[in-house]
Amino acid sequence: MIPSIPVSQKFGYRFSWVGMIGLTIILFWGIMALIAPHIIPHPVGEIVDEDYFGVMSSRFWLGSDYLGRDMLSRVLMGARYTVGISLAAVSIACFSGVVLGMTAAVVGGWFDAALSRFLDAMNSIPGKLSGLVVVAAVGSSITVLVITLAVIYTPGAYRFARALAVNINTMDYITVARTRGEGIFYIIGSEILPNIIGPVLADLGLRFVFIVLLLSGLSFLGLGVQPPFADWGALVHENVGGLPFGAPAVIVPSLAIASLTISVNLLIDNLPKKIRDRSA
Amino acid sequence: MSTYVLNLITVRLLIAALTLLIVSFAVFFATAMLPGDTATILLGQAATPEAVAGLRSAMHLDDPAYLRFLRWLGGLMSGDLGTSYVNNVAVADLIGGRFVNTMRLAGITALFSVPLALTLGITAAMFRGSLYDRAVTILTIGVISIPEFMVATSAVLVFSVYLKWLPALSFANDVTSVWQLLKVYAMPVISLTFVVAAQMIRMTRAAVIDTLNTPYVETALLKGASRPRMVLRHALPNAIGPIVNAIALSLSYLVGGVIIVETIFNYPGIAKLMVDGVATRDLPLIQSCAMIFCVGYLSLITLADIIAILANPRLR
Repeated sequence: MIPSIPVSQKFGYRFSWVGMIGLTIILFWGIMALIAPHIIPHPVGEIVDEDYFGVMSSRFWLGSDYLGRDMLSRVLMGARYTVGISLAAVSIACFSGVVLGMTAAVVGGWFDAALSRFLDAMNSIPGKLSGLVVVAAVGSSITVLVITLAVIYTPGAYRFARALAVNINTMDYITVARTRGEGIFYIIGSEILPNIIGPVLADLGLRFVFIVLLLSGLSFLGLGVQPPFADWGALVHENVGGLPFGAPAVIVPSLAIASLTISVNLLIDNLPKKIRDRSA
Repeated sequence: MSTYVLNLITVRLLIAALTLLIVSFAVFFATAMLPGDTATILLGQAATPEAVAGLRSAMHLDDPAYLRFLRWLGGLMSGDLGTSYVNNVAVADLIGGRFVNTMRLAGITALFSVPLALTLGITAAMFRGSLYDRAVTILTIGVISIPEFMVATSAVLVFSVYLKWLPALSFANDVTSVWQLLKVYAMPVISLTFVVAAQMIRMTRAAVIDTLNTPYVETALLKGASRPRMVLRHALPNAIGPIVNAIALSLSYLVGGVIIVETIFNYPGIAKLMVDGVATRDLPLIQSCAMIFCVGYLSLITLADIIAILANPRLR
């Protein structure tokens, strides 16, 4: 065992103000997803407005939906499903993609070739199409959605991590570690991962955006999150009848999706170079 | 053309064929995992065991999975797409006319989006860093980061709710005049154009900027060529390969786009047929539609790769 020498590293990352705005909005939705059940003004399933597709008022800040339920409560609760499902799926996708990618880069040979070929083929099925096929075959539930989304985005994460890991794999310190007789787990976990973690996290953010978009798209088609639960895409789906009158019930959930995805993009675009390009 | 380039292209085509095989395998087995027996589903819970057994053998459901896969694949290749579970019509008949509709929608979209995207992408690259460039960049990133249905619903809000120029969420089948035809196609085409053009503008801009960073363009600048001359005479001819590549790649976004747009606007195309098929769990229909989309998507991507190979002067 070689004692690791503590390297003092300045943690003072500087974020640009655009990145800060993005981060603030992401944190806002994250906190809302956590505390939604405690702060919603009306129960989500209860019809509280005599009018349907009600306008914004002091009693219903974001209007009411097609049955007269409070939109503010439904959007806040919707954050739980949109953020929660996407976060779970992206974590599984990136974890398996990155582990497989690093393994393929280190092992090489036929294992690498076969895995790359197979995952590339998986990658050439458009995401929405795989979603439709799976939902048609096994029906839609939150577990099915998380697994499907994770499987759809694993090949992309694999490709990205493998490309980074192949570069690191040619470094001298990897050769040293191999000569020293280190096992594959040590090389992957202690030599390669720390050197690609920055770009991998940025990639995780981008993939999170793709997953939010795909999940919303499926829910919008009525094939994603099923009632009585509703994510933001499902909220747009059930209130799409209010579109001809420009009801807030259909506009607000769309804006919520856009605010989340655009914020993540802004944050990633404005990440300090130190984090984003650590391996470059 | 050298044999080296020919080899590269042959390899690319072989990879595409192999990919298609893996994809068809995935599509078949994803739908074959169906919990519950297809024969029971078709006949209903009240069916007698004899009837179920009869149908099972008639549909070859007792054969091992690989045999059914091979039979299905053979059918696809010879144009036999199977029979719909729901109304017992040949899938090929269901798809026929709708396929033409979808291709028409995609074609019209391409007709509008390609010139639009090329103009915006190239001019944005020419005036890189200007207010115009930043406006175009922010707008394209904005469109890319929102779901497709939001592009479509925004188009409805703007053009039919506030401006009242176009009909909202309806697709009339009784089109009698050219004017009506324009009105009917306007909304789906506008929405799809936004989705596809945003990708295309980004890729075109990147391709032109790549070329603008080369030494020979710098030489053109240093010898005193004007900016339009530098871009149009020196940079653009070399950027054509990457740009055509970008066009083919971004047209593959049509596949995801039509699924949403056809559903919203109730357009009688193949994507709407597939989404309806998912609701009724009509598996032969879904398998065929999924394969058609995959073939389209894969052809565009392979085309983009081949163009990139042909456009690379180092390989000639």
